[in-house]
Amino acid sequence: MTLFWILACVTIPAALTVILHRNPVYSALALVFTLFQVAIMFVALDAHLIAFLQIIIYAGAIVVLILFAIMLLSLEPEEPGDGRSSLRAAGWGAAALLGLELVAIAAVFPDTPAAEKPLPEGYGSVAKIAERLFTTHLLPFELTSVLLLVAVVGAVVMARRRTGP
Amino acid sequence: MTEHYLVLAAILFAIGGLGVLIRRNVIVILMSVELMLNAVNVTFVALARQHGSMDGQVIVFFVLTVAAAEVAVGLAIILMNFAQRKTINADEIRLLRG
Amino acid sequence: MEVLISLAKVIFAFVIVLQLTLVLLWVERKGSALIQDRVGANRANLFGGLLPFNLGIVNTWMADPLKLFHKEDIVPADADRFLHWLAPWIAIFPLFVTFTVIPFGDVLIAGGYTINLQGADLNLGILYVLAMLSMAVYGVIVGGWASNSRYAFLGGVRGSAQMVSYEIAMGLSLVSVVLTFGTLDFQEIARAQGDLLFGVFPAWGFFYQPLALLIFFIAGMAESKRAPFDLPEAESELVAGFYTEYSGSKQSVFMMADFVEVAIVAGLVTTLFFGGWQVPWLYRDGFHFPGGFHVFVPSLLVTVLQVLSFLVKLFLFCWLQILIRWSLPRLRYDQLMDLGWKRLLPLSLANVAITAVFVLLFDGKTVW
Repeated sequence: MTLFWILACVTIPAALTVILHRNPVYSALALVFTLFQVAIMFVALDAHLIAFLQIIIYAGAIVVLILFAIMLLSLEPEEPGDGRSSLRAAGWGAAALLGLELVAIAAVFPDTPAAEKPLPEGYGSVAKIAERLFTTHLLPFELTSVLLLVAVVGAVVMARRRTGP
Repeated sequence: MTEHYLVLAAILFAIGGLGVLIRRNVIVILMSVELMLNAVNVTFVALARQHGSMDGQVIVFFVLTVAAAEVAVGLAIILMNFAQRKTINADEIRLLRG
Repeated sequence: MEVLISLAKVIFAFVIVLQLTLVLLWVERKGSALIQDRVGANRANLFGGLLPFNLGIVNTWMADPLKLFHKEDIVPADADRFLHWLAPWIAIFPLFVTFTVIPFGDVLIAGGYTINLQGADLNLGILYVLAMLSMAVYGVIVGGWASNSRYAFLGGVRGSAQMVSYEIAMGLSLVSVVLTFGTLDFQEIARAQGDLLFGVFPAWGFFYQPLALLIFFIAGMAESKRAPFDLPEAESELVAGFYTEYSGSKQSVFMMADFVEVAIVAGLVTTLFFGGWQVPWLYRDGFHFPGGFHVFVPSLLVTVLQVLSFLVKLFLFCWLQILIRWSLPRLRYDQLMDLGWKRLLPLSLANVAITAVFVLLFDGKTVW
């Protein structure tokens, strides 16, 4: 439980840095940090494989791509407050409402201590997850490969187009 | 235990949503969306643990692949758009608005 | 006591890395001199030249680090000071923690304790290594970006593209190794290599996965950003690439990160393909040579021999990388991407497929 409170105290400021920092490079690095915290949460929740995949795929590949794009565009830090302030206020309000609603839903969640239910043998192990993945979830798994192929083709087509419309 | 993680995930999701709403830099918006996806992943894993079932973890696996595809295509669109219009401000990208 | 033992193991792993980086620095100086027919670092005249042998190594071991850590720390104007400071530490931290999962011996049986000689026992060791190595990219990107210099920036961009590209081939070559041994645990993989092929040869991973060894070694060298893959820090093009604007202790941290990466690649090659700490035919109770010949060796000595064997192999593969570095010219950028994406990636995919078929047909290792 101590671990959870430490994680919560570190993750929320990191997540706020992602969306509030004016320099996108800092945002991206804060995102990496947040993803790391989420990976630790996964470990705490007995999802070791998922935790490592989270770091390898998310932190190791996806955010590197984002950083790469930020650097290729050589972005300047955004000027503060030149947006429409009424829209920004509405954004804060809507997000606060959303947050309150979700927290309320989560808080009324029927509380059954996790310790009561013993976890099955090999919970979260590579073998067990692979078994689920290749039996029950085989069709979505195969569809994922199609999705990735489409994404690759799409990205390549867009990157290769040289002339404007 | 589970509901603690659910509340944390809810807060993360709201922060991500806030980022999408108030920022105009498309790349930051993309990162906010990643934040929201992660919040959902935490929920999946926490509930999977609660029920002692591994399907929640398998779904996180799918979310990871979708996120990877999303970022690859999204960044390609952003870069192409920047090359042609020299902007990554979401307010100024309005090609699809009639 | 348990905590003390774990602490001692982690410290031992750290000491190996730290000492190895210093030794490698010296070996590289002397080795490159040997290859280029020079004398190399030899200006250490201790005790007024009374010693019969040359102590050039002292120069590299003590004088050099001392000098580096006392140099002025220069941060360029308009650099991002915080990230400029942070980058070296991001670069080296994941590498240091990677080394702790590589086993440097079997078990040490002493005083009623059976100690697993591995910094951290992790049953998902290979995934852990991949995760940590993928974090090492950030030091390069952030260092290049924060310096506010064209050269550093170009080096950072090149470095990140190169490391992300070669990680894929590296990961896939490890997949076939995992398929062969059926585990992600380094210690278990090392133990499995104690068996014998045909009752004669030690069953090292190299015999099962020669292609994976080749791919992993090439990709690992590309990950460590050294010649022939040193485009991110190409001195003839980019001054020093992503750490052009670093000086003093921060620069030495970057240099150390390079050597730690060399050590990690050597450690992984040793553990996955060359038996790790295994000494051929040496078991807990002594040597069992083929033909039924048996020599008793005390358990403690067995452990010492195993740790020595690991260190010798580790050093050999470090030396091999240094040899390659000083022998081959740098690749062109398109050749680099070509090799990574069009050669290594399809090869490693094919290797995974073939390995999977073999595992299915012959139930893994019983193929021999």
